This record gives sequence, structure tokens and C-alpha cells, in this order.
Amino acid sequence: MLESLLRILALTRKELLAVLKDRRARNSLLLPPILQCLLFGYAATYDLNHVPYVVLDSSHSVAAQDLLGRFDGTGLFERVADLGTQAQVRDAVDDRRALLAIEIPQDFARRLQEGAGADVQIIADGRNSNTAGTALGYAQSVVDDFNDRWRADHDQPGPPVTVEARAWYNPDLQTRWNMIPGLIGTLTMIQTLMLTAMSVAREREQGTFDQLLVTPFRPAEIMAGKAFPSMLIGMIQATGVLLVAQLWFRIPFQGSFLTLYCGLTLFVLAAVGTGLVVSALCQTMQQAMLFSFVIIMPFALLSGLTTPLSNMPLSLQYFTFINPLRYAIDIAQRVYLEGAGLGVLMPDLWPLALIAAVTLAAASWMFKHRLQ
Amino acid sequence: MSGPGMSGPGMSDPDSARAKLRRILALVKKESRQMIRDPATIAVGIVLPVILILLFGFGLSLDVRNVPLAVVLQEPSAPAEDLLSALALSPYFHPQVVYSLEAADRLMMAGDVDGVLTIPADFARRFHAGNARVQVVVHGTDANRARIIESYVAGAVGAWSVRRAADDGTAMDGGPVTIQSRLWFNSANDSHYFLVPGLIVLVMTLIGAFLTAMVVAREWERGTFEALFVTPVRSGEILLGKTIPYFCLGIVGLLLCVAAGKFLFHVPIVGALAVLLGASMLYVLVALGVGLLISSYFKNQLVASQLTMLATFMPALMLSGFLFDLRSMPVGIRVITYLLPARYYVALLQTVFLAGDIWPVILPNAAVLALMVALLGYASRAVTHKRIG
Repeated sequence: MLESLLRILALTRKELLAVLKDRRARNSLLLPPILQCLLFGYAATYDLNHVPYVVLDSSHSVAAQDLLGRFDGTGLFERVADLGTQAQVRDAVDDRRALLAIEIPQDFARRLQEGAGADVQIIADGRNSNTAGTALGYAQSVVDDFNDRWRADHDQPGPPVTVEARAWYNPDLQTRWNMIPGLIGTLTMIQTLMLTAMSVAREREQGTFDQLLVTPFRPAEIMAGKAFPSMLIGMIQATGVLLVAQLWFRIPFQGSFLTLYCGLTLFVLAAVGTGLVVSALCQTMQQAMLFSFVIIMPFALLSGLTTPLSNMPLSLQYFTFINPLRYAIDIAQRVYLEGAGLGVLMPDLWPLALIAAVTLAAASWMFKHRLQ
Repeated sequence: MSGPGMSGPGMSDPDSARAKLRRILALVKKESRQMIRDPATIAVGIVLPVILILLFGFGLSLDVRNVPLAVVLQEPSAPAEDLLSALALSPYFHPQVVYSLEAADRLMMAGDVDGVLTIPADFARRFHAGNARVQVVVHGTDANRARIIESYVAGAVGAWSVRRAADDGTAMDGGPVTIQSRLWFNSANDSHYFLVPGLIVLVMTLIGAFLTAMVVAREWERGTFEALFVTPVRSGEILLGKTIPYFCLGIVGLLLCVAAGKFLFHVPIVGALAVLLGASMLYVLVALGVGLLISSYFKNQLVASQLTMLATFMPALMLSGFLFDLRSMPVGIRVITYLLPARYYVALLQTVFLAGDIWPVILPNAAVLALMVALLGYASRAVTHKRIG
């Protein structure tokens, strides 16, 4: 038992040396997750803080100026131009100079004064319909404010039903709060899985795997020796991203680090296990790289990070059950935002443990099978 | 360029255009054979784009439909029941009635519902008085979705109250000012319209970079690159010979993706197909160039693969404007996005697919891509050349 452990440790040391001795390889493992988190932490948000818009004001009224002033006053909307014709509006939206075009009709002020209900027309560039929808939502709330004010100033009754909206866990609904915790797992998985997948393939290609086989190592020990260094690197990467989230972006953290690390350990184990299976299947580094990329892309995109899982067709939702990242993102987001404990997270934790167990067992079996 | 050992016997002038062409053709032939005989490469070039576009085309959607919503009905009344049935009829909600806040909270905690709409006990009385209130609480773990749900609930309740007031004879408008919104280029508000062109960018980025990244690094590791250098071929010719076969493979993959977008996901192609293809060819060249440059520089499959993944996949997903609006990113990040080829291709594809041949968008973006092709070609040649000497 002790001897076996010593052998695993020796292999781990050798493996870490092989990966980390080259400065470029070392940097390519440790720096990218942190840099990516900094970069994507700023980029990955569905919130808008800069909505360029153009105006076609046919009413030339004080009321219209008041309404437009409210748009400018938010600091979110930036008026790019006041236009005179429909054709100019068309061009401004076509050329992507404006995300929104606000058209105020001639009878705007008259209808508003008469209490007949005035319309403004807002055209949104739907080339990214999600962005357009968000911008329209902001515009709606500006108009709602204007309406409230108008009603108060003119002794009009309020709307028959008001909707009060509140959000749990993320009161201002900042997408950064759910994106950055989601990045912890995503950034870690990409490199850990690939590193593991390549590690055995590299030895096969260089012929050193045969040398390993004539040593007293048992297949399971070889596998553990390959898995452990990757896990270590994966955990270091996850910690790096976590530090950026905590110290730089200061995302509020409701839960406990112990819970988060429990989840992350299981997740990294599952990612390493998946990488080892790929490794066992592949003969060359090229195959290993292609194979892991074929796995990483769907895992990363169908994980719920960028688009909700519940929007997928049912058959694809079943596919995501084998995706470790899906669970890691859920764990990180819920620990961060909801302060979820281990008990609540069980539905995420046991599938991760299962994926880790199955992939590690499968990889071990495949190594043994190949060796004999 | 020319040095000792570069001019082979039996070739009168190694610099003549014909000799150049012959060498390139020979390399293309060799590289094509190698490509065709390697099932993995064909799989990456043709099978993978199709699988990815199908998987993501069906899997990715930002449309909010059938939101599971708990409705706390504190006191049944005619208007409350009416509101409830209006919600049930809407394609956006899937309401589930509960009678206590605790029950609703439990559903929220378990993640079974995305929001709770509370219709208070005095709803009917206050509705007739014209000042009713309802409360909606959304699950904020997915903030983007939560915000859409919030606005859909407000919209549905508002529309219902106007209709109900009209039925009751108390004529009511939607408020002093109402917005008539129109979504140009995507009137159906279907998120596939912009996700599918974006996915084509993502898939082509990866395919292009991966196809070449491994090839050159592998030749360096195996030493076959040095063997090529003792032949009369020039470094530029080697790179061309490597690029051409993979370029053709990439274009086949691209055509399959475009066909899937058009016929399977029904994304309209408003612009000209020729413009779409021209822009795509430029982009495939850029992607191949990135792969070539990384692998010629690092000459190590492990580092080349890691870097290709990092330099292409995540930036193309996060920083290209595919999902996230570039205008809202901080200046520093926006500057970085200008360095990314994917940014220009996303703008091109979204415009050509949805808006048409709008030259003020197409020309500058295509020009930048063309410039990148030239720079990448020059840089890869410089890197390869330097290592010979």
C-alpha cells in the first residue's frame, strides 16, 4: 500500500516536472485562466450601459423634448443624431450607428394633452434580438417613469394594476453576478481536460509509455499518477479564477468556501476522468486534441452559462446530464448567490461523483485492457 | 530568399513562376493525400461542423417561453381568475396556482418555478377602484432570463388590465405614452436568427485554427519539417501548400453550416449568397492563418493546442459580439475586441444574413479581415523562415 503510494507520488512528481519544466508550457497553464477571467468578467454581461439611439421628432414639442431628456438623463442612452427623415433613420440603423431609433409622431403633444394616449415608435436593430430586447426594456422603464410623472402632474389616476417586481438573490439583476461564478468551472475545465487527454498521448507518441510499462507500476497506479497532477493544476486554476472573482470583481459570496471547494474537487475529478478516457482512446496527440475539443465545445456551450438549460429540447437536456460543467456552474452560482449548502446541492454533487467514478473506472479498465 | 542548396538539379530556374507552381501543386497533392487518408481530419472538417451546428442550433436559445410561474392566489375572485387564465393562455407562461406564500417559496427554492406572482387578497376590490397591485418575484440566478420574465409579466398584466377595463366599459388606454416597438431584421423575435450566424463564426474559427495548428506543430516535432527544408521548396510555398487543402475542407464545412442554418433553422439569408461566401472565405483564411502562426511559432503540439483553444474558442464566444453587446464593454476590453478577427466576421454574418447587403457595414469589416489575412501570411512566413537559418 505504502509502496504503491510512493510510486504514485514519484509518477506525480515526474508528471508535474514534465508539464511545468518548460516556462512557456507553465505560463500557458497558469496565466490564461486568470487573464481570461479578467477579460471575460467584463465582457460577459447581457447588461447594456451604452445604447446609441437616433431621434426623428416630428412633433417639435416641449413634451417630446421632456421625454427625450429623460432618455439622455439615464446615462445609458446616448443620442447619436437628431434626424429629419425616415430614410436617415433607416440608414442609421442599417449601418449599426444606432441600436434604437425613436420616432415621435406629429400629434404627440396634442394627444398627450387631450388624454387620448400618445404613441412613440421605437425601432430596434434586431440583428442581436437579445440586446435589442434588453434595450427596449430599458426604454419601457424610461417611458414608465415619464408616465408616472405625467399622471402625478395632471391629476390622472394611475394604471388599474401596478406590477411590483423584485428579484431574489440578485436584486439588481446584474448578469455579471451569475457569469463570473460560472466562469470558474468553464475556464478550469477547458485546460484541465485537454491537459489530461494529451498527457498519455504524448507518452505514446514519444514512445515513453512503453518504458513506463516495463516499470513495476500497475495500470491503476499509472492512471492515478496521471490523474493527480492534472487535478492539482485544475484546482490551482480554479483558485486563480476564484481569487479574481473575489478580489477584483468582488462578487458577493453568500455561501461557504468549503462547500464550493467540495463541489470543485468533484468537478475537477470528473473533468480529469473524462480527459483520461479520451487519453485511453487516443494513440496520438493530434487525436487526443481533436477528441478533447469535440468534447469541450458542447460541454462549454450547453452548460447553462450563456443560454438557459431549460430552453433546450428535452433530448438535449438529457445529454447535459453527462456534462460535468453543467453541475459545476450550478454549484458555483448557487453557492455564490443563494448561499446554498451541501444538502441543497446534493442533486449536483452526486452526478459529479458518479461521472468521476465511471470515467476513472473506465479509463483504468481501458489502460489495463490495452496493456495486456 | 535563395540560398545554397535551394536550387535543385534538373530544374533550370527554381524562381520561375512555373517551377513555383509545380512545387506548390506537389505539396498540395501530398498534403491533400495526407488529409484524406487521415479520417480524423475529414471528421473535423466536415462531420464536426454539421454536428456542432445541429447541437448548438437546437440547444442554444435565449427565447423565453413557457416560464414555470407560481401564482399565489390569496383570495379567489372573478378578476383574479380572469388574470390567471389570461396568463395560462399566453405562450410565455406556464402558471401553477398555489395558495400560500410558503408553498410558492418552496417551489422557488427547489428551482421548480422561475418566478412567483402574488395576487393579493384585496385584488378584486382595488381593481374596481382602479389601483390594484400584484407582485412578481423572479429567481435572479440567471439575471438575463429573470429580467425578460419580469418585463413579460408586466406586459401581460398590463395588456390584461387594459382589455378587462374595456370589457367593463370603463374605457382605458395603456397610459399617457405607449411604446410601439418594432424589431427590425428579426420581427419574429427568434433568438436563432442571431445565434445561428454566430455559431457559424464559432465553428469556423475552431475548425480553421485546429486544422492547421496541429499539422505544422506535428511536423516540427517529428522533424519532417527540416526534411522539407533541404528540398528546393521555399517557406512561403510550404505554407501555401499546407493552407490550400485545408482551405477547401473548411469551405465545405462552411457550406454545410450555411445550408443547415437556412433549411433547418430557417434563418433567412437576406443578403447575396456571393457576399456571404466571399466574407467567409476571407475568414476561413484568417482562422487557418492563426493556426499556422501558432504552430509555426511554438512547434510543440501541447502548447499549440492549448493556445489555439485559448486564442480562438473562448474569445470568439465571449468577445465577438456573438452574444454580448460590444458597445457595453469597458474601453480596454473593446480595444482588445478590435484585434479579434471573429468580431468582424460576426458583424458581417449577422448583417448579411438578417439585414442584407449593407455596404457601409460589409466593406470596412471585410477590409480588416483581408488585412489580417495578409499580416498573418507574412508573419507565418517570417516565423518559418527565421527558423531555417
